[in-house]
Amino acid sequence: MAKKTRTEAKKLTKVFWVDRLKKIGALAVIAIIYIWSARGVGFNLLEIFRELPSFFSLLGEMIPPNWAYSRRLINPLVETIQIAILGTFFGAILTIPLTLLAANNITRNKYIYFFAKGFMNIFRTIPELLYAAILVAGIGLGAFSGMLAITIFSIVVIAKLTSESLEAISYGPLEALQAVGGNKLEMIKYAVVPQILPAYTSYSLYVFEINIRVSTVLGLVGAGGIGVPLQTSLNLFRYQNASMIILVTFILVMAIDYASTKLREVLV
Amino acid sequence: MKINWQLFKRVVNLLVILGVIIWSLEGMNINWERISRGIPSIGNIIKLMFPPDMSYFSRSLSAMMESIQIAVIGTTIAAVLAFPISFLSAAKIGVPFWVVFLAKQILNAIRTFPELILGIFFVASYGPGPLAGVMAIGINSIGMLGKLNSEIVETIDRGPIEALEASGSNRAEVFLYAIFPQVLPQFLATALYRFELNLRAATVLGLVGAGGIGVILLQSLQFRRWPIVGMSLLIIIVVVTIIDYSSAYIRKRIT
Repeated sequence: MAKKTRTEAKKLTKVFWVDRLKKIGALAVIAIIYIWSARGVGFNLLEIFRELPSFFSLLGEMIPPNWAYSRRLINPLVETIQIAILGTFFGAILTIPLTLLAANNITRNKYIYFFAKGFMNIFRTIPELLYAAILVAGIGLGAFSGMLAITIFSIVVIAKLTSESLEAISYGPLEALQAVGGNKLEMIKYAVVPQILPAYTSYSLYVFEINIRVSTVLGLVGAGGIGVPLQTSLNLFRYQNASMIILVTFILVMAIDYASTKLREVLV
Repeated sequence: MKINWQLFKRVVNLLVILGVIIWSLEGMNINWERISRGIPSIGNIIKLMFPPDMSYFSRSLSAMMESIQIAVIGTTIAAVLAFPISFLSAAKIGVPFWVVFLAKQILNAIRTFPELILGIFFVASYGPGPLAGVMAIGINSIGMLGKLNSEIVETIDRGPIEALEASGSNRAEVFLYAIFPQVLPQFLATALYRFELNLRAATVLGLVGAGGIGVILLQSLQFRRWPIVGMSLLIIIVVVTIIDYSSAYIRKRIT
């Protein structure tokens, strides 16, 4: 009995020390990452505080916004909305085949499934604005490049979210249809689509909200929308015009979020 | 005659969507000719990027490392600054309601402000370089971290708080022993999640001069050096994937 207790105790001490070593090791790794990062970016609290006044004086130059400028913002604002709408729309349609291929209960072929998932994950690592910058360099300046960038991003993100919901559908309705002799098309129409449609719609709306935010800054890389006058105002140091644009952008984003929430209630 | 309302609603929805799409197509002057020219040029761009310029491997990689560093420091600054706000903007823990309201509005305002514009301001005041990127990410991420963290605070288990209060502990002790240990792992998890997003942001911020791999991308795009663009994208894809997986693994472990 005593011997057993002693080995038990030894085991516990060992567990204790291994646990403690693991913790120390993790802390050491974290410390190294921080030292490496702080050095790399030239982190310096003194400098940060020294330059803060110039940051705030820059913000101060933006007040008050140039109200008269708002009249010239209507066209770029409309373009911003149109870029986001078309990008999301084309994305939401073109995503359907990718979504089906990337769901393991629809695509039985392992290779196609992994290829689709991999494709999705690879393209998801690249931010929308990089797509926009690349397309601007390759196709040319303008809203069309911005729309294509948003389309590519929407395809990948909606496919990722929807394919995960698709993989989690319940099989009851499918089996019921099969039992009464439904064919594959009927099974998809009556058992799969009704289950997946709410998720698909709601993810598309969610991506639309992201896309509105992105399309307000697309102009900074030359891809159209309200970011174009913003870029010009900043380059010419017309900070009061810039703040007017930012204000309008705020209102747009909030209005679209509100509209999207309402739309979700109606559609989903 | 009985009207099929369900069908009617559906048709109306569809017509509205169709109308909005046509309006957008008209407004942006998009026609089949542009689309049929645009799509092949995407393929062409990809072709131009191959083979990636291997001689740029080490320069692109070290620029990507700078993006990681920007994201690490930026996220940490945001997490530290968001910490007090997380409690101030949490309802149901004894903070006066007008403070909660005010803090929530400030967080919302920060959240809608695009990172890239903040980046431009910091580049203008701090000069081009990674520090401007750090500040842009550090300030911008407060919005989301504060919001998610305050939601975590609002859902904590009240048992330990009541137990400590009943045994006569003061507010500092209640915070230190009943609230803090409950929220810490989840705060860390949200910070890690935000770090994943910030890494992507840090690759873009270079487009406005705020350091990281975006700087290399900007230069090579300006001079249409496509193989260098390809090399940089390849590095972004590999590094972001590795970090996403490790971060998700750590998040699963700590919560």
